[in-house]
Amino acid sequence: MSGEAGRAILIEGIEKAFGKTRILKGVCLNLREGEFLSLVGPSGCGKTTLLRIIAGLESADAGSVRIGGKDVTRLRAADRDIAMVFQNYALYPHLSVAQNLAVPLVMRRLSSLERVPLLRHLVPGHAQRRSAINAQVQQAAEMLRLGHLLHRRPAELSGGQRQRVALGRALVRQPSAFLMDEPLSNLDAELRAGTRREIVELHRRAGVTTIYVTHDQVEAMTMSDRVAVMMEGELLQLGTPREVYENPADLRVAGFLGSPRINTLPVCSAPDGIRLGALHLPLQAEVAPGAELTLGLRPEALHLAAEGLAVQIEHLEFLGAEVLLHARLAAPDARLTARLPIAVAAQLQRGDAVHLRADWSAALLFGADGARIASSASELCLNA
Amino acid sequence: MRDTAALAGPAPATRASRAIGEAAAAWVLCAPAGLALFALLLCPTAALLVLSFSDWELGAPELAWIGLGNYVELTTDPVFRIALRNTLIYVGVVMPASIGLGLGVALLVEGGSRLRATFRAIYFLPVVSLLVAMATAWQYLLHPTIGPVNRVLALLGISPINWLGSSDWVMVSLCMIGVWENLGFVVVLFMAGLTAIPRELYAAAELDGARSAMDRFRLVTWPLLGPTTLFVVTITAIRCLRVFDTVQALTRGGPNNASQVLLYAMYQEGFSYFRIGYSAAITVVFLAIVLLLMLVQTRILDRRVHYS
Repeated sequence: MSGEAGRAILIEGIEKAFGKTRILKGVCLNLREGEFLSLVGPSGCGKTTLLRIIAGLESADAGSVRIGGKDVTRLRAADRDIAMVFQNYALYPHLSVAQNLAVPLVMRRLSSLERVPLLRHLVPGHAQRRSAINAQVQQAAEMLRLGHLLHRRPAELSGGQRQRVALGRALVRQPSAFLMDEPLSNLDAELRAGTRREIVELHRRAGVTTIYVTHDQVEAMTMSDRVAVMMEGELLQLGTPREVYENPADLRVAGFLGSPRINTLPVCSAPDGIRLGALHLPLQAEVAPGAELTLGLRPEALHLAAEGLAVQIEHLEFLGAEVLLHARLAAPDARLTARLPIAVAAQLQRGDAVHLRADWSAALLFGADGARIASSASELCLNA
Repeated sequence: MRDTAALAGPAPATRASRAIGEAAAAWVLCAPAGLALFALLLCPTAALLVLSFSDWELGAPELAWIGLGNYVELTTDPVFRIALRNTLIYVGVVMPASIGLGLGVALLVEGGSRLRATFRAIYFLPVVSLLVAMATAWQYLLHPTIGPVNRVLALLGISPINWLGSSDWVMVSLCMIGVWENLGFVVVLFMAGLTAIPRELYAAAELDGARSAMDRFRLVTWPLLGPTTLFVVTITAIRCLRVFDTVQALTRGGPNNASQVLLYAMYQEGFSYFRIGYSAAITVVFLAIVLLLMLVQTRILDRRVHYS
């Protein structure tokens, strides 16, 4: 199996409202063939609804879904050639693992008469079709290390094993797209990291276009080719994990991605540049003087220095290789978090007064509406 | 303090006496519930069993033990044989009919988008209403001359039927009323069972290619309703076996014993003819059938419908 299995997906202007609540406000999204795209956002942002619309389980009020160039907006889920992995796995509890894996093939390849016990043997060619299905089930089971569990029922499996059966059921008929709805959220932390790798590996092997819904930014960042950040029914940004992290288009994106959270400080534009309270920042942006702006600084963009922003240490978090320094800025009153190498921070103590120097080339500026404003660090003041 | 002392003393004798004390306490604590169980449930049943081996009649100064005499008489008693046959027919007709219809109604109501609670309440009405009172309504509906049922039939050119008065039709009428009576019960139970099926399974079934409603029913609904169905079958079977009030209110076993059923025969023997011993024997037969049903349920079917 290789890349050609996947189809491109094009989603345009999807609108959905439940009653008066607008869940999706004109979402557009395009996926290349075989791409792995994460749909990430806080709970209630509409990402699961969007996924269900793509799957055909929910109908959109407006907009279209195209898979492999074919408009499937009006097609029902069964005809879209899509497989989905559900948050709670949605395995058939009365069927064995082998039977669960076989369902998508049985439903599609065997006539309804062939699915009736006893009667099935009367249908010509049944044995052949059945053994082809069994072979494919066997293959999928081996791919997911389920071979020894084929006769068990879902209730006799661990969470991780159920997860793999759910993946197998999606994989077994080689669909043109996979949709995954928070598939790891019911697993414990250790299992989650392992399964994450496994899913990426499976995607690489099967090459099927995948949309992966998650509220976990780590999953989104580590697994995907591209990340789509959704909030309040809108797609805020679509880009590679690195792009959305380093170059967020919106304050909400910057705030959602990254742990610990990005530091934000209220600043304003003055005729001579950007000011933080009375402090003149070495930043330049094309904004009208007097505009209220927000400055975003990632914790790793702050360094300990002899001079710079004067802060008092409130709390130190030891993380092994590094230390998170939580400090309070006196004027304007604000909290800052800095990520420091352990060697630098070894001598620090709570209550110490220190200075933090910002890496201004990594500073992000946002307008009052949260939209990103292009800025650059002014050469002369880089050392300020 | 005593406990600590006991723990401190490692002597086996102390430990043994402690174990005995614990066992005694357990017996004392279980006693009230155990006694109530015996006095209220097991003793009456045992008394019934014992009485069924006697010829006791209510008010008689003494009784004689006649061994299996009552049971031997049952095998030759034509009224009992009709009663047993009618009861089995009643169960055989009313149970599948009300379960089949009930499942259909429950699927329709659950599948609809609104008025679920309203439908549930309406279908449940016969269950909560007093059957003896409702029987009056049935008596009117099925009356041979003034009954609306026959009038409608007359409009269709069908000659009037003596629903409750003819021995050909009386069991048909009782079965119809039985279905009417049990339907709501079955509907409510199936609706509860249906709401417990995870919605995601239907979504998964749809994506797996289960296009028709029948496919989804076979793949998801029916297997997942298994435990509910088993419960419904057991409960409905027992409710049908216990058919009594409609017979008592509408036909009194007539005409000519054509609507005799087990419990009505038992009632007549015990409370009209005061043959307590004989009546007890009928009750024992009734209980034996119920126990057999429960045995079938727990031993055979239970394993096939629970998946965890």
